[in-house]
Amino acid sequence: MFEEVGTTPEGDMIINVGPQHPATHGVLHLVITLNGETIKKVEPHLGYIHRSIEKMCESLSYRQFIYVTSRMDYLSAHMNNHACAMCVEKGLQVEIPPRAQVIRVLMSELTRIASHELWWGAMAMDLGAFTPFFHAFRERESINDIMEETCGARLTMNYMVPGGVMHDLHPNFQQRVKAFMKLYKKKIHEYDEMVTGNIIFQNRMKNVGVLSANDAISYGCTGPTARGSGVSSDIRKLYPYEIYNTLEFDEVLETGGDSFARYMVRIREMQQSIRIIEQLIDNIPEGDFQTKTKAVLKLPKGEFYSRVETARGELGVYIVSEGGTTPYRIKFRSPGFSNLSVLNHISKGSKLGDLVAMMGTLDLVIPDIDR
Amino acid sequence: MWSFSNIANNIHAWLGNNFNPTMTLVIEMVLAGVAVIGLFAGLGLVLVIMERKVSAWMQIRLGPNRVGPKGMLQSLADTIKLIVKEGLTPDGADKFLFNLAPFIAMIVAMLLMAPIAFAKDFQLWDLNIGVLFVSAVSSIMVISILMAGWASNNKYSLMGAMRSGAQIVSYELSAGLSILTIVVLSGSLSVSDIIYSQADGWWIFKGHIPVLIAFVTFIIAVTAETNRAPFDLAEAESELTAGFHTEYSGMKFALFFLAEYVNVFIVCAIGATLFLGGWMPFHIGSWEGFNQVMDYIPSSIWFFGKTFFLIFVIMWFRWTFPRLRIDQLLNLEWKYLLPISMINLLIVTAMAILKWHF
Repeated sequence: MFEEVGTTPEGDMIINVGPQHPATHGVLHLVITLNGETIKKVEPHLGYIHRSIEKMCESLSYRQFIYVTSRMDYLSAHMNNHACAMCVEKGLQVEIPPRAQVIRVLMSELTRIASHELWWGAMAMDLGAFTPFFHAFRERESINDIMEETCGARLTMNYMVPGGVMHDLHPNFQQRVKAFMKLYKKKIHEYDEMVTGNIIFQNRMKNVGVLSANDAISYGCTGPTARGSGVSSDIRKLYPYEIYNTLEFDEVLETGGDSFARYMVRIREMQQSIRIIEQLIDNIPEGDFQTKTKAVLKLPKGEFYSRVETARGELGVYIVSEGGTTPYRIKFRSPGFSNLSVLNHISKGSKLGDLVAMMGTLDLVIPDIDR
Repeated sequence: MWSFSNIANNIHAWLGNNFNPTMTLVIEMVLAGVAVIGLFAGLGLVLVIMERKVSAWMQIRLGPNRVGPKGMLQSLADTIKLIVKEGLTPDGADKFLFNLAPFIAMIVAMLLMAPIAFAKDFQLWDLNIGVLFVSAVSSIMVISILMAGWASNNKYSLMGAMRSGAQIVSYELSAGLSILTIVVLSGSLSVSDIIYSQADGWWIFKGHIPVLIAFVTFIIAVTAETNRAPFDLAEAESELTAGFHTEYSGMKFALFFLAEYVNVFIVCAIGATLFLGGWMPFHIGSWEGFNQVMDYIPSSIWFFGKTFFLIFVIMWFRWTFPRLRIDQLLNLEWKYLLPISMINLLIVTAMAILKWHF
């Protein structure tokens, strides 16, 4: 009655996780070869949410294409827009006013916290704990409210434009951000009590999915995934953009390389983001929020590259211009793709339950991988 | 005084006056069966709404609040929906076993209700090996899970079932050993004898630290035995979508769901009976006045109060802990809980022989 399907010639079981599966946070398809509960091979199949964003961008003007990029890594929409806007500004050779720079950094750091909050809740859910998800959303909602007031959107903000930001901050902005930081500091101990300090959680995370520093470099990992293995890769420190070189914050490094190290990097990064916001929130310079640019932008012939640190790692934007109003070629270097590629390497020999935990600590956003 | 045992005795006397003895027995059996089915359904509804409200309270949200007052009829509405829903049987499934599995789960849960004393002298069947009966019958539960997982012909279901098999079989050991500590102390396997042995204080207070250890072991082991988080590996939805009941829908799924909750109630009732005195009010040794005041609270309230307290504790586990991994789960049982409960049983035996308990 039972056909011998879905097994390898060696008798190992092949199991399809996804494209519709609670653990993949989207439409990722993993073909897993299992020996009992032990993983022998993980093969990610991509393309279920490929929208050909790069090609789409090539047919849109330099003002328009930025809006599409909000849909790549939708949890760090600000940073995507930021990278694209910076790349266009490089081509136009415009300086953006100090107020716009500060607003950009503030928004990016708020987005980073919001993204890490969502990751924290989702990762706890991967491990079977539901409650942290709701606690994370309590703080994340107040960030989304701030975004909604100033940008008019909660997820795909489209706030950064070439030359600065689209419009000025909402009058309530400072007060709302301060209220958020007060709430965050009051509630942060719950994160440790509920998840970080939990003995079951620590046993599930420590010495699981170990990624060595060399492997992190050779697979091209960036962001918290690489920093968990002790590889310094913070673009804000290595290639400072906007006003990051004038700010005081630490690059968070952990040396463990296991799931717990990656977890701790993100938890500590949230505190560094709070530190940055604290330095800037009372010192937003007065002035223009946007440099005057022409209605139709034309980039000179040439190649332009810019990179930012998104919540997931290094996002690179590469524009080839022929001198027209649309880019000749656009290429995004998305952090998620390289981070996903280590999954097979780190999950070999571990249990199926750990694979889910590892995917959680890699913080995958599938639209960012497929684009 | 109003009590369940009086009502039962009155019904018995009335039936005895109006029918011959055989007919009385038949009618009483039918009544008991209807009561068990009614309790099964009622408990399912109450526990589901309780779980949803408890989880909502822990997760800073409101929970169901649209159907009925404060959403209390939500689980009734869900049940109606599940009854009218089509119960699919997959093409590749072993149809007989697939359809049989949920009924085994339900029958086990119903059988387990027999020896539970719901109030003073109010018990369906006071058999002299009550505690043994519970441990024996509850082991059948694993068969229904294995059957469901195997017959579904789904890899997720199969993995969930295999995990569950390993888990339930292992954790039964320490659950059994911790039950034995009370059997040793009270000197009887009968549920009513165990409750009467706690008339001068519950075992958890009389038995010093060893009984406390047995109680904690028991709670951990039964949480694992009923497949509740943090030991819900059989249905670990982030790994195995829904584990052994992935392919079930409609009423067949609802039976598994109900059986899970009724099982939680039963293990908590057993825990309350063994360690917290069942329906026995809170008594302190020879404080006559205090004990009499406590006796004014009806015994059914004592029983359900203790049971629902334990159910709340188990729900609390579920909504605050992450899930264990399969190897950690088995390590916990074989390397820690089992040796601890074995040594603990020896200590308790010594304590019982030397009369060191109160």
